[in-house]
Amino acid sequence: MTGAGYAWDFSFLWAYRSLILTGLEVTIAYTIGTIVLGLVVGLVTGLLRLSRNPIITAPLVAYVEIFRCTPLLVQIVWFYYALPVVIGVDIPAHVAATLVLSLYTGAFYAEIIRGGVNSIERGQWDAARAIGMRRGQVMRHVILPQAVKRMIPPFMNQSIIQLKNTSLVSTIAVADLLYEGTIITAATYRPLEVYTMVAIIYFIVLFPLTIAAQQVERRLARAD
Amino acid sequence: MIEIADLWKAFGPHQVLKGVSLRVERGSVVAIIGPSGSGKSTLLRCINLLEDPDRGCIRVGDREMHFGGSNRARPGDRELAAFRAATGMVFQHFNLFPHMTALHNVMAGPSIVRRLPRREAEDIARGLLAKVGLADKAAAYPSHLSGGQRQRVAIARALAMNPSVMLCDEVTSALDPELVGEVLGVIEQLAEEGMTMVIVTHEVAFAHEVADLVAFMSDGVIVESGPPSQLLEHPENPRTRSFLARFHRFVGSFSGTQ
Repeated sequence: MTGAGYAWDFSFLWAYRSLILTGLEVTIAYTIGTIVLGLVVGLVTGLLRLSRNPIITAPLVAYVEIFRCTPLLVQIVWFYYALPVVIGVDIPAHVAATLVLSLYTGAFYAEIIRGGVNSIERGQWDAARAIGMRRGQVMRHVILPQAVKRMIPPFMNQSIIQLKNTSLVSTIAVADLLYEGTIITAATYRPLEVYTMVAIIYFIVLFPLTIAAQQVERRLARAD
Repeated sequence: MIEIADLWKAFGPHQVLKGVSLRVERGSVVAIIGPSGSGKSTLLRCINLLEDPDRGCIRVGDREMHFGGSNRARPGDRELAAFRAATGMVFQHFNLFPHMTALHNVMAGPSIVRRLPRREAEDIARGLLAKVGLADKAAAYPSHLSGGQRQRVAIARALAMNPSVMLCDEVTSALDPELVGEVLGVIEQLAEEGMTMVIVTHEVAFAHEVADLVAFMSDGVIVESGPPSQLLEHPENPRTRSFLARFHRFVGSFSGTQ
């Protein structure tokens, strides 16, 4: 069978529409859920990393770098198969998936937050402290309002990538969009149509989001 | 008003202040001149504790802080903030808050630090913007102001805390020449009103005009100080002389081309 001779036929997919929809829901739920959890982790980690106390920062640096410098797929597999052996407790797939995706994206968010705060010029601290603001007040009223603006574009990019990252949880049988695709493939033996459809669905969700992100970025740049 | 005794400060291996002592009387203006890298700005930043001195003693009004020597803990955040609130500082690069209007920049101290009601803070801020000649720029963001206007807003912001002392760190060095006058005018007005000020400046002529005392700093120490007419016209120390000679020659050649 040559490529040109292949008879494409997407019509059978209609019968699997509810399965596909369920998969998409799971994908979106993991994306939103782990973005929220990751943001909490990233916010705490990023702000604590600004501390001058190495007892606080050293473990956080270790966490961030371990998660940034190992492949997400390896992390998922490791948390699902290896961690239960280490701690002697079984970890259900959905827990391992949520945990890893949140910690992974949280490490990137932490760096975005730390970088945003550090990008504000020293003079802003000087000026705010010179009129008698305390550390927390400088952060809240002077540094963060400016830093958040700089954090928004990288935050949006990281979050868009996160939707694609969730597809890796299919490897530990979490029933996301990609996993449902493999189920349909197993039932129909038509992987070309199935994975084409899966790719198109990811694209349909992500493309408008990237356009929106670009527009926000442009508007922020104009406001400067 | 201000008393600094034997102040030492190093950044890593680099000893920037080597035992500086200085007295500033209430209502007087002290100008600090000297070559770059001589420690002038560091001295100024130590006075309101933006830098943490290694050793020595600083008194501003009735607040006094000792550093080094004893095993006394470093002052805490709250103590530092209160100390700084009583001194106003104006910076070379203005350091206005870019996300706030001119009005909100000036209101920042009264409303955030002194926690005054909004109305009251706004009245103070509008009054001070009028004082520096920028009543009509209250709603403007810093990015829409000229350098001279920004620096005047920064002066108003410092004054809004009703400080007993103003510290001015090369406030005209980042300005285009034609904008220097409007800022020096405001400083001069403050001096006339009896504000105690310490001014680090390269404007020797201005120092001559406005200061009651001029201190020449070089290599981390105050080499010589005295009334402007004495220090600037008849310096005794050779280092002061050579610094001023360079300056006079520059002025001479500059006016010669007019």
